[in-house]
Amino acid sequence: MLKFVVRRVLLLVPILLGLSILVFLFVRALPGGPETALLGENATPERIAQVREAYGLDRPVQEQYFSYMERTVQLDFGTSIQTRRAVTEEIKQRFPATVELAVTAMLFAITVGIPLGFVAARRYGSWIDNLSTAGSLLGIAVPVFVLAFLLKYVFAIKLGWLPSQGREDPRVFTEHPTGFFVLDGLLTGNPSASWDALKHLILPAVALGTIPLAFLTRITRAAVLEVGNEDYVRTAEAKGMTRAVVTRRHILRNAMLPIATVIGLQTGLLLSGAVLTETVFAFGGIGSFMAQAVFTRDFPVIQGGILFLAVVFVLVNLLVDISYGVLDPRVRTR
Amino acid sequence: MHNMRRQSFPRRGGVALVLAGLLVGVAACGGSDDGGGSGGEASEGGDTLVFGTSADPVSLDGAYVSDGESLRAIRQMFETLVTTEAGGTEIVPALAEEWESDEAGTAWTFSLREGVTFHDGTDFNAEAVCFNFDRWYNFTGVQQSPSVSYYYNTVFTGFAANEDPEQGESLYSSCEATDENTAVINLTSPSASFLSGLALASFSIASPQALEEFGADDVSGSGEEPSFDGEYGRTQAVGTGPYQLEAFEPNNRLVMTRYDDYWGDAAKIETVIFRPIADGPARRLALESGEIQGYDLVAPADFEALEAAGFQLLERPAFNVGYIGFNTAQPPLDNPMIRQAIAHAINREAAVSALYPEGSEVATQFMPPALFGYSEDVPTYEYDLEKAKQLIAQSGVRNPTINFFYPTNVSRPYMPNPEANFQAFQADLQAAGFTVNPTSAPWNPDYLDAVQTGGAGIYLLGWTGDFGDPDNFIGTFFRTPQEAWGPLDPAIYEDLETARAESDEDARTALYEEANNKIMEFLPGLPYVHTSPRIAFAEGISGYEPSPVSIEEFAKVSID
Repeated sequence: MLKFVVRRVLLLVPILLGLSILVFLFVRALPGGPETALLGENATPERIAQVREAYGLDRPVQEQYFSYMERTVQLDFGTSIQTRRAVTEEIKQRFPATVELAVTAMLFAITVGIPLGFVAARRYGSWIDNLSTAGSLLGIAVPVFVLAFLLKYVFAIKLGWLPSQGREDPRVFTEHPTGFFVLDGLLTGNPSASWDALKHLILPAVALGTIPLAFLTRITRAAVLEVGNEDYVRTAEAKGMTRAVVTRRHILRNAMLPIATVIGLQTGLLLSGAVLTETVFAFGGIGSFMAQAVFTRDFPVIQGGILFLAVVFVLVNLLVDISYGVLDPRVRTR
Repeated sequence: MHNMRRQSFPRRGGVALVLAGLLVGVAACGGSDDGGGSGGEASEGGDTLVFGTSADPVSLDGAYVSDGESLRAIRQMFETLVTTEAGGTEIVPALAEEWESDEAGTAWTFSLREGVTFHDGTDFNAEAVCFNFDRWYNFTGVQQSPSVSYYYNTVFTGFAANEDPEQGESLYSSCEATDENTAVINLTSPSASFLSGLALASFSIASPQALEEFGADDVSGSGEEPSFDGEYGRTQAVGTGPYQLEAFEPNNRLVMTRYDDYWGDAAKIETVIFRPIADGPARRLALESGEIQGYDLVAPADFEALEAAGFQLLERPAFNVGYIGFNTAQPPLDNPMIRQAIAHAINREAAVSALYPEGSEVATQFMPPALFGYSEDVPTYEYDLEKAKQLIAQSGVRNPTINFFYPTNVSRPYMPNPEANFQAFQADLQAAGFTVNPTSAPWNPDYLDAVQTGGAGIYLLGWTGDFGDPDNFIGTFFRTPQEAWGPLDPAIYEDLETARAESDEDARTALYEEANNKIMEFLPGLPYVHTSPRIAFAEGISGYEPSPVSIEEFAKVSID
């Protein structure tokens, strides 16, 4: 097991190296440059040239890459052009928001998706099965921003139940020792702040969690159906085991492997979904920061942010792989 | 062991179910709870206003910013020596009650308001004024970069010791506090336009004590990437304005509260909160749900719907110009009759009504009507195809061919979709008998380079004013010869130089009116549009006065 983990962690190095080259070239292929963002629309060519020089954009590409890598390995992603603060500091400050959102979205997807898929499989062909199948198709097909708009329109504007943007009510004074707003409220003995933060989380989490929810429902349904037809299940039932025990020990346990895979993959994808969701809900995490960075050609943020998210993605997948070992003894002993 | 793990599954399933129940419960409770943080209580009490902004301020130190959101925030907490009249561009007193220049126009004496205090309790006086000016003038290293001190660079052009040998000489030379309430600012050459520049929030007078204590000059980054390291501008910002900084939490909110010892009329609303919502549609929805009570930069597509829904849309007077530039060095554009023929051939009315949002105006000259010096008597070149054809015939140029440059990958307030403009104008020109040779290039750097080095024939361009002075419009274009325009009537250069130095306001206005007439007679290009942005507010909000130069005060705003 340890060997497995070490190998996977070492594999990170070539992945990140390749990624850093891709990101570096990709950012430079974008039309326009940071000079427009910095100098505004009335910039003269002379000033633009000055800024290009200052940012080293006039030097040969390979030279730029090496100086960029030199700093990256020291965890120095440079300074954001937009905010004039160190990119690492910005990421540190915004990451809790993204984690809070992604975890809530995943919890939503898991707690609704797995039971729904299970029930659909056990009541194969019933109305609930048809409904969940149709619903999950729709969930996959509807783009996040359309869903976000619908949710906001219904729950924030028409019904007025939930806020449409932000992480907390700006009029309520609160402290944020950790940056996880729901947790912060509890830590500072201000449960109403937690409640407020939770309400701000619901719509974005539902919007972000819908696609994983749809996938989870489908995969759970398929897996439970498949496992349910296995010989050992029939044998267990024939032995006279109760349905609950069969479900628990034989069906769910074995169906869990593909489900865990989907959870892992979708958790990684949540990070990219967060770019859109955070933007439309003005949720101040890494995603919205990255989106703004692209618009303003904030090179250091785009480069640093993508690398950071890639590391998170790879680590999440590593955790999923490790969880196989926990779920499936065969993987562990191999 | 194996057994235990087997049993753990149902337990997890149970946890999942409990969580599911919780989530559903939360959603349901949200319903019964009347929204709490959302809409409902937004305007409660009338003592808090939440305004949706497009971004956080970069810094609250005016000297280091040039973006609208930073300046908007700074404007509420700081004051400048002079400011503009509400809703206009005329210079009126602020921290200085009156001012005058000497004969030469190089020594400006400001009589300061008495009894003004900074938010940290220290006194505002002539020494504080000189401290601020000397601080800017003595910027070193990264601080001098136009990306850091853009407006100081624009207005004063140079520093005590320029880092860049090509940088111009400083217009500012020194500041003397001749007594407690009199500051004399000396310039190296006569200028009256600098006074309009001083109204910019970038020239806010800050508490010298706070600037020093909180490291306002701690800027690092070795010239490559400026990084603001001090507390000043982030957690500290100490001015004399009607609001003082309560909290600045990036990505979340900027909270300002009323400053009770303010020398003037106290702010009507106790607390003003700026909420950053970068996404335009999200700002609109937040206004509709009542989470914010106003926002700027309303998308033209939303004008009608918001008005129909009972929101107020305030129009900010236009402060930009979109124009077709003519390079008079390139034949046949050196021929005045050809330039006039182009002007008559272009249907500006049609283009503006078809391609621009409601409220946009057809331009007759290179600066907006809100600015002093705007002339009512400029030659107008009404749309007249016959006249255009006639002028071509009279010009002696046979089969005139025009190289028409337009940019791609760009959208500007005065030019939302350059390609559409190009197509409309091309059709107009062809109808008059011109042959059009189109060239397109990415806005930056190719297009700007081509235009500004004189490579383009006629081209689409525009300008958004930095501050309320004609020198920032026609002065920028025509005070000195530029390759983009080719050679102009030399009288235009001279007149604009004279106008810039003239310190008598009425005389200046007259000079600029005359200059506008001369420019439009010579016709170095065809201005065609001024656009005006809108700002939206919820019902019951009053007192907000949009200004062409965005000098807008929340202190005058009230909630019914």
